Amino acid sequence: MNNTMEMGVKGAGFLVGEVQADQVFTPEDFTEEHEMIAKTTEDFVLGEVVPVKENIENHEFDISVKLLKQAGELGLLGADVPEKYGGLGLDKISSSLITEKFARAGAFSLSHGAHVGIGSLPIVFFGNEEQKKKYLPALATGEKIAAYALTEPSSGSDALGAKTTAVLNEEGTHYILNGEKQWITNSGFADVFVVYAKVNGEHFSAFIVEREFEGVSTGPEEKKMGIKGSSTRTLLLDNVKVPKENVLGEVGRGHVIAFNILNIGRYKLGIGCVGAAKRALQLAAEYANERKQFNVPIASFRAIQEKIGTMATELYAQESALYRTGGLFEENMSKLTAEEQENGGKVAAAIAEYAVECSLNKFAASEMLDYVADEAVQIYGGYGFMSEYEVETIYRDSRINRIFEGTNEINRLLVPGTILKKALKGELPLLQKAQSLQEELMMMMPEEPGDAPLEQEKYLLHNMKKVFLMVAGTGAQKYETALEKEQELLLKVADIVSDIYSIESAILRTEKAINKNGTEKEALKLKYTAVFTEEAVNRIEQTAKESLIHMEEGDTLRTMLSMLRKLTRHNPIDVIALKREIAKEVLKEQKYVV
Amino acid sequence: MNIFVLMKRTFDTEEKIVINDGVVDEEGAEFIINPYDEYAIEEAIVLRDEHGGEVTVVTVGDEEAEKELRTALAMGADKAVLIDMEDFDEEIDHFTVAEALTAYLKEQDYDIILGGNVAVDDGAGQVAPRVAEGLGINQVTTITGIQVDGEKVEIERDVEGDVEKIETSLPLLVTCQQGLNEPRYPSLPGIMKAKKKPLDTLDIDDLDLDEEEIAAKTKTLDKYLPPEKGAGKVLEGEIDEQVNELVSLLKNEAKVI
Repeated sequence: MNNTMEMGVKGAGFLVGEVQADQVFTPEDFTEEHEMIAKTTEDFVLGEVVPVKENIENHEFDISVKLLKQAGELGLLGADVPEKYGGLGLDKISSSLITEKFARAGAFSLSHGAHVGIGSLPIVFFGNEEQKKKYLPALATGEKIAAYALTEPSSGSDALGAKTTAVLNEEGTHYILNGEKQWITNSGFADVFVVYAKVNGEHFSAFIVEREFEGVSTGPEEKKMGIKGSSTRTLLLDNVKVPKENVLGEVGRGHVIAFNILNIGRYKLGIGCVGAAKRALQLAAEYANERKQFNVPIASFRAIQEKIGTMATELYAQESALYRTGGLFEENMSKLTAEEQENGGKVAAAIAEYAVECSLNKFAASEMLDYVADEAVQIYGGYGFMSEYEVETIYRDSRINRIFEGTNEINRLLVPGTILKKALKGELPLLQKAQSLQEELMMMMPEEPGDAPLEQEKYLLHNMKKVFLMVAGTGAQKYETALEKEQELLLKVADIVSDIYSIESAILRTEKAINKNGTEKEALKLKYTAVFTEEAVNRIEQTAKESLIHMEEGDTLRTMLSMLRKLTRHNPIDVIALKREIAKEVLKEQKYVV
Repeated sequence: MNIFVLMKRTFDTEEKIVINDGVVDEEGAEFIINPYDEYAIEEAIVLRDEHGGEVTVVTVGDEEAEKELRTALAMGADKAVLIDMEDFDEEIDHFTVAEALTAYLKEQDYDIILGGNVAVDDGAGQVAPRVAEGLGINQVTTITGIQVDGEKVEIERDVEGDVEKIETSLPLLVTCQQGLNEPRYPSLPGIMKAKKKPLDTLDIDDLDLDEEEIAAKTKTLDKYLPPEKGAGKVLEGEIDEQVNELVSLLKNEAKVI
């Protein structure tokens, strides 16, 4: 028991272990300080940013810079920077809440996010003492703004294929950087860039490059579909002399930095999506109540209610999954000694443990937001297509989330890949589990879970983990090392894992709340969980079926499909009725409620 | 300078309010620091930063108000005091609250006391003036500017949109009007420091008060929401007809002329 419980809080361990409600962090666990930090962020965004949103959309970047400095004065840039270097060194939940609340600022949230996240974190985690002392205090206050330069015109997903070069000069004092970095957020006004280049065209490395260095310039502002108010330019490096003290980490180890930063970047992106989706749902609910057609508010139409019900349910699942991951970071970091916590590399490693969860969060939350934004536009009808309405911007701004920080396809591919690696390294007893599964399934009789709250959901969750083992195990056995070429299959496995993580996060959050407040007070959470589980299990069944049909045939296939049916068999619930009830609550409060 | 701020926790009147049986439903309501009291807190911090001393924020309420007190501490106040009425069995009105505050302040060494002009929930504007009377000190209401120079205080106050300039002296109680300042956001360092600042809880026994003597002097008979705004009416026809129609509507339907 202890073993499986421990397993449950390891990276990807939820697939093989049992996780208990008191092991997960949920939004109901926010402390008073968390709430106050969230409130300050919200008040700042509403009071200072929202009134000038249009100016920001028109690229008046002096306003963005001024706002970033103001945010810095309030401490909104220093959450992830240790106190020793002028920051606040807050927990990851605090910094997550700041990110979530910044979503309301639209494109400006990108300027904030790129600065505090991918811009500053490489130095926080991988800078040496001198670099941290030199750069972090100014970054924490907003005196200097940071940017992150990884992508190039010919290397996007294949980040390590960068063409930018770094060559040590004859004196051995400076690296000479040449190349072109593309789509660099904050590039119009950033003072400090973390730039990736290959030393001698070979060793992928990270450098801290200041705008002031000779040979650094930026191209014109890109014209984009969304997030128009963020600055996006090419960064041009023309014989830039970078002091060798500015190598971040070690030469040839740039990928370690890049991948670690991507982990946390993906998580933060997911949190931002949760924030944006809450806003979209709020707007949709308000509008549905206000807009009358056929003499009644459109909120009274069940077609609209169904949309609202689905939007809120998806949001609940992702919010639960995201903050659960944030809690895992915290938990893992709290195991570090005080000395280790000072060591950014150790902190990054504590986060990297949850690389799978970060990828899941990234693609699931960004797709949830795309769905919610799309339906919000639909509820607005023709007005949603008009630029005066905020949902139009949310819809356009949403789209990039499925592309940057690793496309959703890359993130999906990473999920089974990383899980398999963990299994081969002996970190996850996946192979043992998969082997015993076959026998277990042959013997299995479908059970009838009782009707206590969450009982059926938990039963199904348990079975879905077996479905995962069946599909992934069959794939690994059949294709062995050629599995990585079976990309469709890998994407499907990632979808199954994602739904499992989301179902489990929703169940555990609801259970934790019920343990505290009783079922009566948490009726809405139960509804969310029931609807999400029902729909996710149906998705998993379909995905697993397609996968098995691709992999097996004849009697083996028939046997497997019958096992799949056993695993997914359950008393279906009436999601239509539940969504009506959910919508009623959301429409009454005119916002996302739990 | 010893500065005290009288603060009230109120529900946010800009959020949806539900009234059940003449009582505001607190379940769904959002709670905030009374916005006028925020001006008082901000001004208190400014005065302290200029003249030195300490800012103590006092509220009368229950445990729930600790959250708003913490917010005031996060903005920069030094101490907070909750006069807890949880166990108070009698009815509470503005008189009760003022008596509790007066009793507390009588024991304190104060130079200036700041409060909001009114609370946005019931808009009575009684408590602060009652406290000034109880303490027997100078009071100026609805101030929009204040300069303290030694014992001398120069004040600008809002008189129905006009400005009145007043000179008075410490000790003094003022109530703050919109326009006095822009309250700051509690900064993150402020929030982190707030949890280490003292927040004391007193009850009326600590203040040597007798429940019956300070029980409410008024009784609220009912509370209800304003009628929902109906649809507008567009008058049609010739201009003369429209004017006649309008006059008749104002006379007979709206009964305002």
